[in-house]
Amino acid sequence: MKKVWVNEEWCLGCHLCEYNCAYANSGIDDMVKALKGKTINPRIRIEEGDSINFAVQCRHCDDPICVKSCISGALSKTDGLITIDQSKCVGCYTCVMACPYGCIMPSEEGPMQKCELCTKNGCEPACVKGCPNNAIVYEER
Amino acid sequence: MREFVSPQNFVPSDFEVVRNSDRCIACRVCERQCANEVHWYDSDLGKMISDETKCVNCHRCVSLCPTRALKIVKNNDTYRPSANWTGPVIDQLIRQSGTGGALLSSMGNPEKYPIYWDKMLINASQVTNPSIDPLREPMETRVFLGKKPDAIERDENGKVINNLDPQLKLDVPVMFSAMSYGAISYNAHKSLAMAAKELGTYYNTGEGGLHKDFYQYGPNTIVQVASGRFGVYKDYLEAGAAIEIKIGQGAKPGIGGHLPGQKVTVDVSQTRMIPMGSDAISPAPHHDIYSIEDLRQLVFTLKEATAYKKPVIVKVAAVHNVAAIASGIARGGADIIVIDGFRGGTGAAPTRIRDSVGIPIELALASVDQRLRDEGIRNHISLVVGGSIRNSADIVKAIALGADAVYIGTAALIALGCHQCRNCHGGKCNWGIATQRADLVKRLNPEIGAQRLVNLVTAWNNEIKEIMGGMGINSIESLRGNRLMLRGIGLTEKELEILGIKHAGE
Amino acid sequence: MLMREGEVRIPSGCAISGMISLDGSKQNGEDIMKSIAVMHDRSNGLGGGFAAYGIYPEFKNFYAFHVFYDSRRAKDEAENFINEHFEIASMSVMPTKTIKEITNEPMIWRYFLKPLVYKVERTQVDEDEFVFRCVMSINTKIDGAYVFSSGKDMGSFKAVGYPEDVGRFYRLDEYEGYSWTAHGRYPTNTPGWWGGAHPFSVLDTSVVHNGEISSYDANRRSIEMFGYKCTLLTDTEAIAYIVDYLVRKQGMTHEDAAHVMAAPFWSTIENMNEEEKEYYTYIRNAYASLLVTGPFSIIVGYKGGLMALNDRLKLRSMVIGQKGNKAYMASEESAIRIIEPELDKIWAPLGGEPVIFNVKGGVE
Repeated sequence: MKKVWVNEEWCLGCHLCEYNCAYANSGIDDMVKALKGKTINPRIRIEEGDSINFAVQCRHCDDPICVKSCISGALSKTDGLITIDQSKCVGCYTCVMACPYGCIMPSEEGPMQKCELCTKNGCEPACVKGCPNNAIVYEER
Repeated sequence: MREFVSPQNFVPSDFEVVRNSDRCIACRVCERQCANEVHWYDSDLGKMISDETKCVNCHRCVSLCPTRALKIVKNNDTYRPSANWTGPVIDQLIRQSGTGGALLSSMGNPEKYPIYWDKMLINASQVTNPSIDPLREPMETRVFLGKKPDAIERDENGKVINNLDPQLKLDVPVMFSAMSYGAISYNAHKSLAMAAKELGTYYNTGEGGLHKDFYQYGPNTIVQVASGRFGVYKDYLEAGAAIEIKIGQGAKPGIGGHLPGQKVTVDVSQTRMIPMGSDAISPAPHHDIYSIEDLRQLVFTLKEATAYKKPVIVKVAAVHNVAAIASGIARGGADIIVIDGFRGGTGAAPTRIRDSVGIPIELALASVDQRLRDEGIRNHISLVVGGSIRNSADIVKAIALGADAVYIGTAALIALGCHQCRNCHGGKCNWGIATQRADLVKRLNPEIGAQRLVNLVTAWNNEIKEIMGGMGINSIESLRGNRLMLRGIGLTEKELEILGIKHAGE
Repeated sequence: MLMREGEVRIPSGCAISGMISLDGSKQNGEDIMKSIAVMHDRSNGLGGGFAAYGIYPEFKNFYAFHVFYDSRRAKDEAENFINEHFEIASMSVMPTKTIKEITNEPMIWRYFLKPLVYKVERTQVDEDEFVFRCVMSINTKIDGAYVFSSGKDMGSFKAVGYPEDVGRFYRLDEYEGYSWTAHGRYPTNTPGWWGGAHPFSVLDTSVVHNGEISSYDANRRSIEMFGYKCTLLTDTEAIAYIVDYLVRKQGMTHEDAAHVMAAPFWSTIENMNEEEKEYYTYIRNAYASLLVTGPFSIIVGYKGGLMALNDRLKLRSMVIGQKGNKAYMASEESAIRIIEPELDKIWAPLGGEPVIFNVKGGVE
């Protein structure tokens, strides 16, 4: 299965992926309309250090602890992709605590959100398409 | 914060940063990507602010802005208009009055001199001779560079003996010209090396030595020996496919180079074999070449050192008597001569020299090719030209004037991301090309860079084939020196005479 | 005002034909005239000509110069030059027949010459090269004089007109040769100059050519480095010089020369065996500037043989026929069938594939 991978060697820490993620998940077809004046809440986050940066988002683990920990059955894994059914989420935060990468977080509306590889946005992962240096790639490995 | 500038030294900025506040989402990409610190976010005002005096117009912010909220425009602040004392002239006077220093510039001569490529038109077949469709028929752009023999030799069985001197085989008539590691980044070099390998052509180390990681690209590398001899030793000479002696460079004929100490990082210092942080200053002349007979000695020294297995190239800037110089070089034992025109790029050059020394490559090429033919020695040497080859039509015209192949430098850098801000000498290249700052260097991913170079040269090569096919020529050697395929437009008798072409309509 | 050939480059289409007796037996010019006449529509009356080998047995050790003169002055100047450099065995007006189809003829003279030995020695070159240089001198330096044939025991005959008329004008039925070539010209302009007609010959090499080569200026500027001067600006002249250079000066066979001029594509070379690959790569690299591109079919005449060659894409027609000891080559099959209806075999050679016929046992 194709996943989003990060080549930290090439990550510039420009944060464009975060904005593209927020835009793609906004459901609005104009970036300005979607993001202007808002504090974004993206599903991919840049971790920054002195001379190294890299983007972190759901790894779609082979043996996902988040899915196991979910008490309501909102998180599930199908064909390698971990998705969340926000209508089932009860907001218990167990998955947030369980994820070793910190890749699940609450959405503005309440239920948890996570990277679902833009499968619900009708496009290839937006973070990958907008990355200026191929630091994030979408490929089989 | 804006630096304080005394009123006498103030010159208006060249550009204005125009931000469409309706579109700006304050994502701060521009701020993070600008090494010149033009942009910042003011949390009190809740918006992005810019200081245009620091802007070099590299377009990094414009290219990365996700909402297309930015543009850079020419500052229309003006002095009282004069066709003679123009704005830039006055600015330069003010700067020099303030600093007492020579003006420094980068990349090629931007002044308004004639561009002869644009004053030549190419022929095509009609009726008497069929054009050839490169999609249906073979169309050949392979070139061999090197000395050709005066006569064939046969063995006792009558079989033809291969008596050729060492040659360079190019699958495309384009090579990447000399740009040193130091002037450009590790990743820029790596991109060029990878692309040269994939394209079946060569890149050139420039005068900065060869990084140990790039010895693997040796079969596609031309190693340069310049007046500073940086990084030159046995393994280096043996690593390349050919050795280039750099006498001069189009952007700054007659003077040496200067790599400021801040660019001499650990890797650059090891590659150049000089102390870290020390300025790398290459002398104006080679101090073992004060005349043509000395050049011959260096040519043969390098041949001896590499067992006559590699062609030796001599690169000179296009200057007034370049034809005579080229003839001397051909007789000096070189296998290939490179002529670099006055629009050739550089990482740093004194502005006055860059903008006023040397001659256009088109005229230099035409006169050198003709001179070598008049002397009957054109076969003894291959001719490569550089110094602002901008597209495939320029290449076709260059070859029709008599070149075997071309070098591209600036065009290759543009493929890598360069936007011609011409501030290489500042060392803060936002595209990761002309810089040694690690955070900036990593902005150029060689996988992307190499692919873009391959794309560019492949596209050009296809265009060359298309143009050749139109002329009914299906192999590039039949285009070489084929000046009947060119006509001048808007040129004087003298210009036509030097170019050796007729005027359009003749 | 229209410029004369040599002042302007004039492309032209054409018809060519050639025949050779492989046993060295001779025949007069009637058949070759018949052959080229069939292809009347491939020429337009602005040039025709013939080359014949073995026609001057009584003077076979002398260089036979055929010369056009525009004026008495040109003739005097040229003859002074010839006197200074050669021993003249015989000289006369070229025998011709006045016919209404051929007009405006220049003075045409024929000389049988032997170079003065001490002059040859002084220039430190061989006799052929000495003669070649003399021809170049006359043609480039003496205004109004043009040597259009300079080989031994061979001759070129050419004029403005249809080839069959040119043949009658030169009384070719009175010459006997073992090989003949012919040419009918279709220039796209009207130069009306006799020197521009084909064949083009230099020493023993003669070339008739149909085509317009796209590599012309690349070839011209290259060959001019080696002492040749392309005064006519025609493809044929350039090709004749290339053949002369490669064969006489470089010591190549005619086949080698064909591989230089119509070299195989790199893609073909890459699929050859190692030995061939090395040979062709060498030939293409070392003689790259003499590759000829664009459409052409040529017949090269030389002492004892003929070579037919097409460009490597075969953009001009050419067929070869054979019957017993006779070989034929022409732009069209009809031009062969008219003289030999029953052929043993007939074929169209591939582009770039030279077809060479030599008189068995050679020619003295």
